[in-house]
Amino acid sequence: MSRQVYLDYAATTFTAPEVVSAMAPYFTESFGNPSSIYSFSERNRKAIEAARQKVADVLGASKEEIYFTSGGTESDNWALKGVAWRNRSKGNHVITTKIEHHAVLHTAQFLQENGFDVTFLGVDAEGRISLDDLKKAVTDKTVLVSVMFANNEIGTMQPVAEIGAFCREKGISFHTDAVQAVAHVPIDVKAMNIDLLSLSAHKFYGPKGVGALYIRKGVRIDTFMHGGGQERGRRATTENVPGIVGLGAAIEMTAGRMETASARIGRLRDMLVEGVMKSIPHAKLNGAPSGERLPNNANFSFIGIEGETLILDLDGAGIYGSTGSACSSGSLDPSHVLMAIGLSHEQAHGSLRLTLGEETTEEDIRYVLSTLPGIVKHRREMSPLWEDYLKSREGGR
Amino acid sequence: MYSEKVLDHFQNPRNVGEIENPDGVGQAGNPKCGDIMKIYLRVENDVITDIKFKTFGCASAIASSSMATELVKGKTVEEAWNLTNKAVAEALDGLPPVKMHCSVLAEEAIHAAINNYRRNRGLPVWEEESHDELVDRHAHHHA
Repeated sequence: MSRQVYLDYAATTFTAPEVVSAMAPYFTESFGNPSSIYSFSERNRKAIEAARQKVADVLGASKEEIYFTSGGTESDNWALKGVAWRNRSKGNHVITTKIEHHAVLHTAQFLQENGFDVTFLGVDAEGRISLDDLKKAVTDKTVLVSVMFANNEIGTMQPVAEIGAFCREKGISFHTDAVQAVAHVPIDVKAMNIDLLSLSAHKFYGPKGVGALYIRKGVRIDTFMHGGGQERGRRATTENVPGIVGLGAAIEMTAGRMETASARIGRLRDMLVEGVMKSIPHAKLNGAPSGERLPNNANFSFIGIEGETLILDLDGAGIYGSTGSACSSGSLDPSHVLMAIGLSHEQAHGSLRLTLGEETTEEDIRYVLSTLPGIVKHRREMSPLWEDYLKSREGGR
Repeated sequence: MYSEKVLDHFQNPRNVGEIENPDGVGQAGNPKCGDIMKIYLRVENDVITDIKFKTFGCASAIASSSMATELVKGKTVEEAWNLTNKAVAEALDGLPPVKMHCSVLAEEAIHAAINNYRRNRGLPVWEEESHDELVDRHAHHHA
């Protein structure tokens, strides 16, 4: 049982050794405060600007449109609160979706509690919003649309370019939480008419605690972090220099190998999905088909089983995954994403997310495929729900 | 998060399965909350001589079922009725607060099975005590 298979890359990645090496000098040798004007801090100022350029290059933005933050959550908070607050004289309506990450969802609910009207768009069975629903939801009070690029649980990608084109035409700011997508799938903020975009370094082999918000030049947004004059006066606090350097190194490295990495990881994911669907009866793949979802994401429901037991049984076999089951989350409700795509409570409770990454091998996938079916079978055999499910199927046909 | 006892009873649950033609059978919980517990009893001369369970639920639900069945096996029906959820949780060296309802579920499933047994025998059913302190936290269980 010494084998360890990490399949939770969507939760976080390891920090790549070359990224750690790039960061190291900025902890010890080059520790000066970038705001200090002496020459000792010059290297740090240059390092920040070099990282900013790397982020801009990957997104198709210009350097002046990239602002470093403490991560995806802060970027989302800034985008939503900043745009809503700044434009409140124009209108108080915000549109988002039911399947956003809590960083957007709870921020939108906060806006709701503070005088904004928020529309939460539903999604189809594969997790996609409809452009028609969006068009119908827009009013002359709409100041912001926030739709995630790709979903963190089920991997489904949204029609971002179409949403962007529509919002641009209407003069409405369009924000996308692209935390799961950046450096893993192609993004071009100009071609896709994206006004604001959130990203986080630890989803692409960078360090935790650092992210960025792209703000297109001309977008009206309030300052979120007040204080000193850092980030051209728009985001105060002494720059996290090692983190920013790490983010720059990680995005350059990961985006540079995106095509080959995504192809390899996508093949392994397809192998995993095919293997699971073939070897486990009554398994369901949640989310969109291959090609319309993140290449590294697989999400299943196994009726009759509760997700936490799956995670613990897999843990016992050295496999690390995650679930949308309520029991694992500390709350008592299953994943809002799985409920939004129309799963029953039973199906949502029995979900398993496996997300692949740089160190995933074919051998790992084979190991999962040799382990998971036995675990599912074992837990189903002791489940009264599974028994009822089988009976209802016999009775029904 | 879990005690070693919980993990042991989760990984090696005791008394899993069904009893054919049981003297009593009872169920508690619902799929909406993510846990269902079903208890089968064999009763001879007012003593629970065999007990089996099937549970859909998280690790603490499975461990609570396993421990509860261990605790009432060989006991009289009345002794089994008096098994509290707290005793189940204590025997497991405790459960995280958010999982205490799993021990309640075990108590309720055993009560349901005992009352089913009493009904089968033409005896009056016994009255359940409520678990207000946990009902609040997990109201939909009892709805």
